[in-house]
Amino acid sequence: MKSDNMNKSALDLAIRYGFIVLLCGLALFFSLYASGFASPRSAVFIFQSVAITGILALGVTCTLVVGGFDLSIGSVATSALMLSAYSMVILEQSALVAVLLCLAMGALVGLINGILIVKMRVPDLLATLGMMFLLIGLQRIPTQGNSIATGMSLPDGSVAEGTFSAAFLWLGRHRFDLFLDRLLPVPVVLFLLIALIIWLFLGYTRHGRLMYAIGSNERAAGLVGTNVQRYKIVAYMISGMLASVGGILLAARLGRGDIASGNNLLLDSVAAALIGFAVLGAARPNAFGTAAGALFVGILLQGLTMMNAPYYMQDFVKGVVLVAALVFTFYLSSRRGGRKTA
Amino acid sequence: MVKVTCKLSGLEKSFGRNHVLRGIDLELRSGEVTALMGANGAGKSTLVKVLCGYHFADAGKMELAGKPYSPTDAADAISKGVVTVHQSIDDGVIPDLDVATNLTLDRLTEPGVGLFVNDRKLRRQAREVAESMGLTMDVRTRVADLDVADRQMIAIARAMARAPKLLILDEPTSSLSASEADRLFALIDRLRAEGVAILYISHRMSDIRRVADRIVSMRDGAISGVFESDPLDYVGAVNAMLGHQMTEVDIDPVSGGKPVLEARDLRLFEDSPPITFTAREGEVIAFTGLLGSGTTELAEVIFGLAEASAGELMLDGKPYRPASASDAVTKGVFMSPKDRSVNAVVADFDIANNMTLPFLKAFSRFSFLSERAQREATSEMISRIGVKCQSERDGIGTLSGGNQQKVMIGRWLLKASRVLLLDEPFQGVDIGARRDIGHYIRQTAAGRTTLVFVAEIDEALEIADRIIVLNEAAIAGEYVNRNVDLNSLVADVSGPGRSRTPTPPGGVPTAQAQSTLQNQASAG
Repeated sequence: MKSDNMNKSALDLAIRYGFIVLLCGLALFFSLYASGFASPRSAVFIFQSVAITGILALGVTCTLVVGGFDLSIGSVATSALMLSAYSMVILEQSALVAVLLCLAMGALVGLINGILIVKMRVPDLLATLGMMFLLIGLQRIPTQGNSIATGMSLPDGSVAEGTFSAAFLWLGRHRFDLFLDRLLPVPVVLFLLIALIIWLFLGYTRHGRLMYAIGSNERAAGLVGTNVQRYKIVAYMISGMLASVGGILLAARLGRGDIASGNNLLLDSVAAALIGFAVLGAARPNAFGTAAGALFVGILLQGLTMMNAPYYMQDFVKGVVLVAALVFTFYLSSRRGGRKTA
Repeated sequence: MVKVTCKLSGLEKSFGRNHVLRGIDLELRSGEVTALMGANGAGKSTLVKVLCGYHFADAGKMELAGKPYSPTDAADAISKGVVTVHQSIDDGVIPDLDVATNLTLDRLTEPGVGLFVNDRKLRRQAREVAESMGLTMDVRTRVADLDVADRQMIAIARAMARAPKLLILDEPTSSLSASEADRLFALIDRLRAEGVAILYISHRMSDIRRVADRIVSMRDGAISGVFESDPLDYVGAVNAMLGHQMTEVDIDPVSGGKPVLEARDLRLFEDSPPITFTAREGEVIAFTGLLGSGTTELAEVIFGLAEASAGELMLDGKPYRPASASDAVTKGVFMSPKDRSVNAVVADFDIANNMTLPFLKAFSRFSFLSERAQREATSEMISRIGVKCQSERDGIGTLSGGNQQKVMIGRWLLKASRVLLLDEPFQGVDIGARRDIGHYIRQTAAGRTTLVFVAEIDEALEIADRIIVLNEAAIAGEYVNRNVDLNSLVADVSGPGRSRTPTPPGGVPTAQAQSTLQNQASAG
């Protein structure tokens, strides 16, 4: 009986802290065996490598919380990338206009996703899959499938006059001083800020709590007077807007509207959100877990790269981590039985 | 001498500690429709599942056409001639395939069938089956394009293609309109004439009157009455199904203060008669009636989940037309729905979050939740209604059914309401918790009007000041809960046909009525 209890609490501990311990262990291992890994610059590099996927993953987390899923985030991000480039280079608009346009586009896509799912009753995976295709196609139409760069020649023979403004590029390239000169890039700061906001929103506000209630039992949430449809639509709008933030940052870092970039965004960010289920034994989508999941992948890839692992191993490693995290979440947690906390 | 098709003796079945079937003895005869009645949890569905091979009986014997019968699984039961049409029609048909495929689906799984489907042959077979059942539709129609009755017919027709000895129909009319049901009844008449034994499970008295040759009532896992004299004793059957022990709860009915909720000529369905009642402040009204009598629909209309087809509601003298549940809650109309695990419990949340879910706004500042306020309010409610738990942080899933239900009802008592609707508040709740809940509801009844929707008469008698009986979406009777004439109440529940009750003019004195009931119950 007693050993049973001990086993149970050991399992509990393993589920709760296993992932964090693994994360720290991994960091320690690479610090010892990969020279140059344990430095502020390298740490910032890891953050920078996961900032954009992390922001997208936080958006997916919101849709996962209400029991949905958003497959369109990757294409929303690349659409934002193209839209910002198009509005600055070809329409010759300012950075502010470009950013606002992108955010509005993300919100609109989220709204349409939400309406398709909530009002038209299209299953979430299918609705957002359709939207993904639509956007992948749509973003190529204005430039006839070409990338957008300063000084490109337009179909009518003239040359694009606009440029990426310095203010826009600042978003992707500026680094704040922190102890060291030019240490913290803007995307990393934004990632941490958004993670904090989503964490507070989902975990500590009544809106977040109601969204979790919808994800767990939609009927029950509706019958206590929650406007289920509105919360679901809002979740998709948050997801769309965060995806376009990711796209803006990517454009600002690249400095051109590159049609081919952002291919991996969808899979990487979904993986981060799903890995997040396993963090702290939450067994459900949560912002802290998502951020930790993104970091975990970042550390692993950075460490392996510094230990000269070939680039083509990256996706394989991500897949292994994801499968392990899912087993963690769904198998071990189901054995643990009734959860104690909210 | 009628032929006995299926004979059950001493059938028992338990799930864990839950003793669901406690020795069922039953004969089902060829060419006879046996109606099986029973309240929720009486064990009807378990009995059906044992018969059709989903469950194994723990003890007892089954015989089919004189031979021992113990199906190894559902397919085995079908091949031996016991065919079941389940309640949810879409379990019985494949909506995306055409009628022909649906009718002949079983043949595709038979051993020895070739790899390729011969559509023409299949259609010919299907047409034969359809014609024999009097179905006229084109067999190439997609089932999804048919109406519910046709789908039901197809489920039954497929069953009939097997030439069954015993046909089990589980609530077959629950989603049929009156004319659709008539077609089903005509079919049942035909099958009866062909000598099939039919077990017909239903709550609808009108259906039972139409088709039943005999009625078997179940209560608490045992047969509580068999009625086969002509004419059938419908009131006796309902009585045996609902049962009645003298309630220990002593209620001193209050007549209530000013009107809070008024229903004026409310029609729940297009073709149902108007309902008019007034619910007053401080009073507890129980609406009772069999499943499908309109109690749930009435609750849904008042809570804004459904729209009445005609008539109006008044709340505190003003017209009240809730657009949604949240609208109703804003206006002070709260509802604790039935089927708590589906409609109320958020399994991922702890007690505190489940309890405070409707009123999170009151527990937050600038949208940020105050966990302390949530926990304080919850732990106070826990001690007031007596939820048995370690702390308010326990997961809701760690509680027993009765305690979960206390949390679900306590949820709506956190704030003052004008109208409190409780739909089947005692569902899956043990007797102790039931008393606690009833007591607390009555204790806090001042300042609002409370409408309780229950199928069991006992529960109504335990909680209400006034009892309104619904039957086929109409008010069939109304009683102040003091020395209620139970015979008359049960007769109202079972609907028109009261003349069958041997009630002399002027009514039976209550004491006598109750003793008659006791006798009937013990006789059954």
